[in-house]
Amino acid sequence: MSFIPNTDADRARMLEVIGVASPAELFHDVPKEHRFPLLDLPPALSEQEVLGELEALSQLNAQGGATPSFLGAGAYRHFIPAVVDALVSRSEFATAYTPYQPEISQGTLQAIFEYQSMIARLTGMEVSNASHYDGATSAAEAVIMSLNVAQKERPRVLLSCGVNPQYRAVVRTYTQGMGLTFGGDENLANGIDELESMCDESTACVMVQYPDFLGRIPQPGRLLELAGKVHACGALLVAVVNPIALGLLVQPGEWGADVVAGEGQSLGNHLSFGGPYLGFFAFRRDHIRRSSGRIAGETADHDGRRSYVFTLSTREQHIRREKATSNICTNQSLNALAAAVYMASLGPRGLRQVAELCWHKAHYAASAIGEVSGYSVAREQFFDEFVVHCPASVRRINEKLFQKHRIIGGYDLSADYPEMKNAMLVCCTEVNTKENIDRFVGALEDCRHA
Amino acid sequence: MEYRFDETVRYAKTHEWVRVDGTEAVVGISDYAQDKLSDVVFTDLPAVGKEIAKEKPFMVIESVKAAEDVFAPVSGTVTARNEKLIKSPELVNKDPFGEGWFVRVRLGNAKELDSLMDLAAYRKFVETL
Repeated sequence: MSFIPNTDADRARMLEVIGVASPAELFHDVPKEHRFPLLDLPPALSEQEVLGELEALSQLNAQGGATPSFLGAGAYRHFIPAVVDALVSRSEFATAYTPYQPEISQGTLQAIFEYQSMIARLTGMEVSNASHYDGATSAAEAVIMSLNVAQKERPRVLLSCGVNPQYRAVVRTYTQGMGLTFGGDENLANGIDELESMCDESTACVMVQYPDFLGRIPQPGRLLELAGKVHACGALLVAVVNPIALGLLVQPGEWGADVVAGEGQSLGNHLSFGGPYLGFFAFRRDHIRRSSGRIAGETADHDGRRSYVFTLSTREQHIRREKATSNICTNQSLNALAAAVYMASLGPRGLRQVAELCWHKAHYAASAIGEVSGYSVAREQFFDEFVVHCPASVRRINEKLFQKHRIIGGYDLSADYPEMKNAMLVCCTEVNTKENIDRFVGALEDCRHA
Repeated sequence: MEYRFDETVRYAKTHEWVRVDGTEAVVGISDYAQDKLSDVVFTDLPAVGKEIAKEKPFMVIESVKAAEDVFAPVSGTVTARNEKLIKSPELVNKDPFGEGWFVRVRLGNAKELDSLMDLAAYRKFVETL
């Protein structure tokens, strides 16, 4: 089958117009010896043979679904009801790109609107946008929104060291060249007290994570005080949150957050080797004009029927050009749809049950691991992740866990937090069975001298 | 189309106006400008204390149709801003020379006023557009 629709006659006419004798002449700027290299490829395979080869390769992977895994650190394995993939793979949703003539795609807009409504309720915010690329870009957009709220007059950004290290790196990359200074995360010992004392008139925003990257849950009452101090400085409080945890924990809206951002993968999206995911992004209505991304709104059409539009588009780059609040005019619609279907199928009670299961399983695992000689578990409030101090390097323990026990261990914290040598971030969600947790605990004991 | 004009202000070619009040001046946009923008939905007012420079954009105004820069007709320091516009941006449409003002500025250079148009010149200028 030919994928190029031009006929030989078409090509001859085009060559004539530009005055070139043959297509080969178009490549004369490429050095001759590189022009048409011979490719040393194996003989072609049939479709059946290709599938067989790819399947054999995929068997070499340790698949998250079948292999017990205690790895979290920003991407999480959860049970996904069948209805999610059934709806997401409908061709009306799966094949559509971001609607450039949006109002003709009422179904897409309604799906985005439903997603936004549920994210707003989950986070305790008044508005949600249609989503960003992932948790890290949402966090970066929250910083840019804070700069916009401060009309670019405040060049300082404070990041808690409890914010996902990758998010902090992306925030810094994203805002390169904007003349910002960053603080807060220069010292792992910095807590809320230090963030409070660093916050001043030059600060655009303070970013905290809830639960934080090490699994700890800052006290909502303490965060509320922080919010008071941050607002007194005229800055915004940005919360990066795990949406599943919000099934159980106090909503950021209750403790004074102005912008709530985070990774939405946990909501009905597969791990998929790291993406595509979605970043959710919700905020208070006061700052809607300074917000980023697309927003679907509900309205009434000419005949008074309920209908949906993209609203407040004047913030976006196709209208405001270089003065746009953000350079993102797209969203992760299919991933956001998966999140919406997931939230709708679970409902508030279902989400709470998932969060409770995660909490209980993680706490069961933590107390069992704490009993194993050589291992100790940090004694702090946590949700579904906790830090385990190990008797050997996490890299070596994980190698042995996998090679000998076929278990995927936790996240090695030493690269992101050099002061935390031999510290493993262990995650348990509702998909970790008691049997698997018990096996993991036994295997850790076996790996003590790894 | 009959536009409203005001004889107590001076006008810039970019359709902002300045009303001098001692060492300070009030800044807004003309009736012609608000009419071209149509319904104003948002004014991105600068903070008090901000320095503005003649002919440089100092804020953005947004309508249902467009988002446009507003250029400073004079240089100076913002001493007040029309907080009413935050809740009621439509005042720019209803009363562009009165309740729809944007900011007060302490004039940096009173001579700059000479380069602005008076009512007659501006009326003539609008007729050519």
